[in-house]
Amino acid sequence: MGKSLFEKVWDAHVVHTIENGPQILYIDKHLIHEVTSPQAFSEIEKRNLPLFRANQIVATADHNVPTQNQHLPIKEALSKKQVETLTDNCKKYGVTLYGLGHPYQGIVHVIGPELGITQPGMTIVCGDSHTSTHGAFGSIAFGIGTSQVAQVFASQCLLLDKPKKMRISVSGKLKNGVLPKDVILYIIAKLGTNAGTGFFVEFAGEVFEKMSMEGRMTVCNMSIEMGARGGIIAPDKTTFDYVKGKEFAPKGEELKAKIAYWKTLKSDADAVFDKEYQFDGADIAPMITYGTNPGMGIKITEKIPNLQDESFDKALVYMGLKKDTSLLGLPVNYVFIGSCTNSRIEDFRVAASFIKGRKKAANVNALIVPGSQQIAKRIKEEGIQAIFESAGFEIRQAGCSACLGMNEDKIPAGEYCVSTSNRNFEGRQGPGARTFLASPLVAAITAIEGKIVDVQQYLN
Amino acid sequence: MTLLSKAVPLPNQNVDTDQIIPARFLKATDRLGFGENLFRDWRYNSDLFPNKSFVLNNPDYSGKILVAGENFGCGSSREHAAWALFDYGFRVIVSSFFADIFKGNALNNGLLPITVPEDFLKKLLHTVTSYPDTLVTVNLVEQTLSYANDSITFDINPYSKTCLINGYDDIDFLVSKKEAIIAFEKNRAKEQSH
Repeated sequence: MGKSLFEKVWDAHVVHTIENGPQILYIDKHLIHEVTSPQAFSEIEKRNLPLFRANQIVATADHNVPTQNQHLPIKEALSKKQVETLTDNCKKYGVTLYGLGHPYQGIVHVIGPELGITQPGMTIVCGDSHTSTHGAFGSIAFGIGTSQVAQVFASQCLLLDKPKKMRISVSGKLKNGVLPKDVILYIIAKLGTNAGTGFFVEFAGEVFEKMSMEGRMTVCNMSIEMGARGGIIAPDKTTFDYVKGKEFAPKGEELKAKIAYWKTLKSDADAVFDKEYQFDGADIAPMITYGTNPGMGIKITEKIPNLQDESFDKALVYMGLKKDTSLLGLPVNYVFIGSCTNSRIEDFRVAASFIKGRKKAANVNALIVPGSQQIAKRIKEEGIQAIFESAGFEIRQAGCSACLGMNEDKIPAGEYCVSTSNRNFEGRQGPGARTFLASPLVAAITAIEGKIVDVQQYLN
Repeated sequence: MTLLSKAVPLPNQNVDTDQIIPARFLKATDRLGFGENLFRDWRYNSDLFPNKSFVLNNPDYSGKILVAGENFGCGSSREHAAWALFDYGFRVIVSSFFADIFKGNALNNGLLPITVPEDFLKKLLHTVTSYPDTLVTVNLVEQTLSYANDSITFDINPYSKTCLINGYDDIDFLVSKKEAIIAFEKNRAKEQSH
């Protein structure tokens, strides 16, 4: 029986298998940030253990940093302490840190790929569930808890039960105005928020083969939102071209040898999956969520379903919405384009191409938060920043920002926000905030119109 | 390894880790005190007064066992969610389905996640909601959960069970395998140089 892509990468990293128990999996790259690492550093310190492989760890500050005046000391005392603790720990243990003010600083899942740290065939972990993003390169990447961060610090390994295998294939072509974000929101709406629990998901088929690396990252990023530990896409020429030339990517002969190996990283024709789903790309339309989990999504022109369920009712009460009604025409005062899901150059290009020559609606506060310092620089160089600014959008500095409401970038209670982020949980963007998840294009159009509109009709 | 306690019902499905502990309370650099903000935005109204309709504010309900709806702990990987539940006093969470990362985080912190079938969960939720003084017994060695006239055996992998019973954790085990890990690294370096 053939092997799946996931199995090929997993099996190449198994150090040891405990009889009737978990396996020891070797971790190639460990990304850390200020929020989920301090207690892990304390843990190894308490046990008097050294950091086993400091050179395989890269740190940045992203979750809990301000997105304004990053050159000034952080005002909020607890946030300041958390960021300083990361700096101190990295110094003490010899870990590379791209902290505030560094040209490589940014959201951990944006900088890994853009610096060439993320490469096909690797195992990558981080104390953040959206580590699944890096699976876009054909690597096994997943989020871990802080106890596991300490385990990787101590041993560069984790004890894990091997997940089951799922494959989701999307064939055909996407319609005009349908972005990778719509593809993953569509899949989660079809399968539900826990369909992937216990699985690693391979995304396959023509739609993903034709997708850019940025798009593949958006899709894999949200595989955790269907409960899957991670998503994975077979590396191909698109992947190799993206990796090539990046700061920490292999070069010359080494790159050639790597690419020869990376080309073997695809599921064999006779590989067997524990579960398979197939969708038709032509059926996917611009999507939007209406509830309080990412599975509560509809095509933007559809009505909110009429379900009889207590948790469903509770979600609609929170959102201030009613069953069997359409979202079209609903006024929206906040738009957020950012987060590890959609803050890459392609996301801003698509938003800017629509916004060019237009102005945001008077009622809208539109926030643009680039995923990294490098993207912020590129936005400026490509003239995208000028387009956003003349449309009345506010551009901030790199960080997780209003995706999780950890810093001061919050959506006020009761307000609607069309957001390109990944979670519409109650209070995610601030206590009482009501989030609609959507693509950067839907977000941009909402900002211009000040309300939710039928994107496809609009584009035609 | 037996726990006898009343139980707190929380029938909501898809309780995510942002509800268990909102991100704005993740700024600490130690593991202490997260229980204070457990279910913060459900426990308190926007004026910071306790929301009387939330179960943790209802004096009828108490105990070390939380009985929760399907897909408990979905969302973020924040281990703070497990710390908050433990710090508040919970030692066992019962649900029909747990999110992967949360389940691992719970086990790493001495918090036992017990998965039971949907119909068993429904009956248990109904009983502890209607009769808050119901005592629930959890026996880790026997892998049983029982209350009133009902009982069930639950699964836990033998490795995690041994760790929970003996207070071992994965760090001790992994560090003890250092030689195998170094051998793996050397072997791989050799393979890659060919």
